[in-house]
Amino acid sequence: MVTETSLGTNMWNRIKPKFWNYHYVTGKSSRWMFNYRRIWKQAVLTTAVVSLLPLIVITAVAYNLTHRAAEAELVASTSRLVSNTRRTVTAFLAERQEALKFIIADNSLEALKTPKRLREILKNLQMAVGGFVDIGIIDATGRQIAYEGPYELEGKDYSQDQCFTVASSKGSCISHMVMGFRNQPHLVITVKRSFSASSNTMLRSSIDTEKFHELLKRIDIGAHGDIFIINRQGELQTPSHRYGSLFTRIPMEAPPYAEHTQVYETVNKDAPLIIGYAFIPDTEFILMIVKDKHERMRPWLETRIKLLGFLLISVVAVLGVILSVSTFLVHNIFLADQKRLAALHHAEYTNKLASIGRMAASVAHEINNPLAVINEKAGLIKDWFTLTSKYTEDPMVLQPIDAILYSVKRAGKITKRMLTFARNLASSIEEIHVDDIIKEVLHFLGKEAEYRDISIRTAFPYDLPVIRSDRGKLEQIFINVINNAYAAMKDGGHLDIEISTDSNGIAVTIADDGCGIPEEDIERIFEPFFSTKTGESGTGLGLSITYNLVHEIGGNIKVKSQVGRGTQFTIRLPLQIEPTKENLNADTVG
Amino acid sequence: MRILLVDDEQELVSTICERLRLRGIEAEWATSSKDALKQTAIKDFDVAVLDIKMPRIGGFELKKSLQACCPHMKFIFMTGYGSEQDFKTIIEEFGQDNYLFKPVDIEELITKIALVCA
Repeated sequence: MVTETSLGTNMWNRIKPKFWNYHYVTGKSSRWMFNYRRIWKQAVLTTAVVSLLPLIVITAVAYNLTHRAAEAELVASTSRLVSNTRRTVTAFLAERQEALKFIIADNSLEALKTPKRLREILKNLQMAVGGFVDIGIIDATGRQIAYEGPYELEGKDYSQDQCFTVASSKGSCISHMVMGFRNQPHLVITVKRSFSASSNTMLRSSIDTEKFHELLKRIDIGAHGDIFIINRQGELQTPSHRYGSLFTRIPMEAPPYAEHTQVYETVNKDAPLIIGYAFIPDTEFILMIVKDKHERMRPWLETRIKLLGFLLISVVAVLGVILSVSTFLVHNIFLADQKRLAALHHAEYTNKLASIGRMAASVAHEINNPLAVINEKAGLIKDWFTLTSKYTEDPMVLQPIDAILYSVKRAGKITKRMLTFARNLASSIEEIHVDDIIKEVLHFLGKEAEYRDISIRTAFPYDLPVIRSDRGKLEQIFINVINNAYAAMKDGGHLDIEISTDSNGIAVTIADDGCGIPEEDIERIFEPFFSTKTGESGTGLGLSITYNLVHEIGGNIKVKSQVGRGTQFTIRLPLQIEPTKENLNADTVG
Repeated sequence: MRILLVDDEQELVSTICERLRLRGIEAEWATSSKDALKQTAIKDFDVAVLDIKMPRIGGFELKKSLQACCPHMKFIFMTGYGSEQDFKTIIEEFGQDNYLFKPVDIEELITKIALVCA
């Protein structure tokens, strides 16, 4: 059964780009210059930050602005609704108060006391204005001396009634909701007239509660919203579906007096509420509107979801593009690098072959000399037998035979050396005396020095440590550097080869007194295909390959040069090559 | 007819010399350009057989010095290298007949000597 982890691993292995694991073989050598995974990560991270950060910032700003605008609109609409409703309630009460003021001003006390007239007045009021339940006349002592309406309230004493007291002093009063003698909730409007200097008479009328409540019922404030009136003690004067029926105290303080409409936000049972209120002028009433913020903000929440959805889709799309473009580009770099490496390997191989060619030419020349001697000596012996009368017993024969044997020995030595060189082309790590290798290389290259009158001075310490390294690579390194020095020198030049040691390894210094390298070229001499040789002999690969070979065996190569004075190469070699993947492979091949 | 053989390989040059003498040709040998110049100061030579590659002063350079002192002298070159550059120089200056590759065939050498003297 395939587990979830192995499924993920399989999936990853399938989509993983080819370059992903190549950074493991990154070494000191310039053969592996790029850490593709790091380049990919840097590319993805940089482009993601540069492209996504502005998108996220803009979305956050837009989110904040729309949120604030929606909240401001909610506050403004609540404020408008409270103001409008206050005007309606105020107008309702004022209209009825003014009607009563007109009645008391328009009728004499006698007429008002007459039941028939009072009945007519009530009837006219109910018809013209509406909302009046009853009407009564109260004398200065607070006693209701005349009454017209559905209750038996004539003769009742209102001297303790708050509205009576207020109207006595102020001329009129609109009461808050009371139970009164009828024992039912109602509100009362009382107006006063002084028919004589010593006595005040009041017209008292109760207002239809239902009609009062209907003023608020018509207003749409949403399923969870609420609109109601409280008195200054916080008791409900109209029913509230949020806080209960009449006279219930609402679970919050009655708001402080404010002349104009106020809106504020509060939290009740973890639900944020928008509360707007306004004081109804000349009454005890406070109009309140409570809105559920979440409910009223729902349109904005839907916009918010769209906005976040857009952000999410944009981020996914941008990331997708970034990932695919970065992968594509890094993959192309990887392919180009592979081609570069292949070209470098090819060049190295070609250089190796060229080295072999040079060696072969040198060896052929060297062999030709002893062969020529053999040829002549043998020819001479033959001449003695054919051209003279001398015999084989003659001691003169022995001298050319010895010379023949000596020349054969010489030719044998040369071919042996050639075979050693050919064998060392294969890579292998072994214990090496560096001075021996340099001597060997000088044997091969010594003839050229001899013909060109180049003097070679060597200074090798006799206690030179043995190092573990690759003989073939070392030979190729020294051949390349010494050949390079030969090319830079005129006939009769001087070449100094020195070896010094320290705790880290050994350093071979090869200094010529040739033409030198200009300062502007010195940094480029190890680059592939860079050449200062004007003739056809320079491929521009020798030093590049040398550089790679030195790094492959864990060393480094440095150059100092002065135009007209000469060039000095210092090759530092470790006592032992640190095992790398390449060297391990080389070991198995060797 | 007197021949001067110059090569840094003493065994080679002395043997060729010996073989020419056995064939009745008067021949001397030298192992360096310096030695060759000394010999030409003492004796007259008709033909000089020179190795191209020799330490310090090569065959071509020696030829110039010899021509200065002995204008009538003819030259034949020997080489074990046979590099392309040497090949071009010899053909341009002396024609195809005036060089020999080592190992040298004695009869071929004598033929060449006869040719240059004709």
